[in-house]
Amino acid sequence: MSRVGVLALQGDVREHMRLLEQLGVDALAVKKPGALDQIDALVIPGGESTTIGKMSVRFGLLDPLRSAIRDGLPTYGTCAGMIFLAGAVTDGDQPLIGALDVVVRRNAFGRQNESFEAPLEISGFETPFHAVFIRAPWIEKVGGEVEVLSSIDDHPVFVRQGHLMATSFHPELTGDGRIHQMLIDSI
Amino acid sequence: MEKGTDRVKRGLAEMLKGGVIMDVVTPDEAKIAEEAGAVAVMALERVPADIRKDGGVARMSDPTMIEGIQAAVSIPVMAKCRIGHFAEAAVLQSLGIDYIDESEVLTPADDEHHVDKWAFTTPFVCGARNLGEALRRIGEGAAMIRTKGEAGTGNVVEAVRHMRTVTNEMRSLTTMGEEQLMSAARDMGAPYDLVKEVAETGKLPVVNFAAGGIATPSDAALMMGLGVDGVFVGSGVFKSSDPEGFARAIVEATTFWNEPEVVAKVSRGLGAAMPGLEIETLSESEQLARRGW
Repeated sequence: MSRVGVLALQGDVREHMRLLEQLGVDALAVKKPGALDQIDALVIPGGESTTIGKMSVRFGLLDPLRSAIRDGLPTYGTCAGMIFLAGAVTDGDQPLIGALDVVVRRNAFGRQNESFEAPLEISGFETPFHAVFIRAPWIEKVGGEVEVLSSIDDHPVFVRQGHLMATSFHPELTGDGRIHQMLIDSI
Repeated sequence: MEKGTDRVKRGLAEMLKGGVIMDVVTPDEAKIAEEAGAVAVMALERVPADIRKDGGVARMSDPTMIEGIQAAVSIPVMAKCRIGHFAEAAVLQSLGIDYIDESEVLTPADDEHHVDKWAFTTPFVCGARNLGEALRRIGEGAAMIRTKGEAGTGNVVEAVRHMRTVTNEMRSLTTMGEEQLMSAARDMGAPYDLVKEVAETGKLPVVNFAAGGIATPSDAALMMGLGVDGVFVGSGVFKSSDPEGFARAIVEATTFWNEPEVVAKVSRGLGAAMPGLEIETLSESEQLARRGW
């Protein structure tokens, strides 16, 4: 059986693990570098990207994450996970993995009062995806290798680049497993 | 496109899990908290230890001060309104606060009613000492709960008592027969549908943090071990001898709460924690947790 890790430094780890288990794979909470050798794919959950980034640096996970992802570990980031995977953010200075060739704007839709849920058209999906955006980022700029699978007002909110995927929204909060299934299928 | 839905309100609390929310009174303190790895800050004029010392009526903070903190950090900013003070809550919503804490740390504005939280787009967090109180607040629209503890004391004993009470009451509901649930709802003064839901799932329908008296990394680890989703630290950071050190160590101990060697490592050489208070030395009127019902 495939095993998918969920980076478990902070955030909605439990929801991702539950969804992965419902899809029939083993889910493993990843807090230490050693766990990266035991997984076939990785999810970086929603949470606070500054907290997740700082904790990765302090507990020696940032470089192992970078090399595992560079070596081809299929990885999917939601919201904070999208930010952490990115090459750059428009504002501020925080630790990033830098594997996804995009520039992300944090809290792009606004503060919590602007958080929303809406049906989203996703290229390749037959029916809309009910998406939950919480103080969500969007992608400001994409590199040449990046494929945009969904956008809101021309701002990409779902992108793929080879073995990497990222969404501004949280499929783990609604339980629609189609995007997680894409990750599993890419193992 | 729907805003202010239950899912969106509760969802932000889900994203804060495993993290630490810190009380701050200036933009500089907010930056220290963010730098330490806090997942959010609580903007207020005085930390609970000072509110306790100064006495008088404690109210919502000045909007200028809240806006200064919002401008200083990129993480969510929470702020407190008095229990039942829907006008203060409306002001906080208009300021774009990310979470409103209807808090017993401030002087209650209404001794019978809490705010109707369903009427707001901004989510609310509320304190609770037991399951009935938690479910009443959720019934009024709270999207997150925190066990009250006893704020501003640096003494974790009340936080432990409240969390153990909630856990025991939930466990006891899961063992009851269907026909017992209505009496249980009556006895704890909680909405029946929520009692039924907890009896089925064995857990609260919203995220639950610990608050009130957490002063050291080990206190944070203790509360995580008791099953809370994260911790609020009020006076414990900025009333300690080394705010940067304590802030960072409490964040790290919250993530690695079940690894004592990490908690030991981050605790080493931290210096003096905030001065603590024995709960028994407080008169009933000095016990903030008794505010609200």
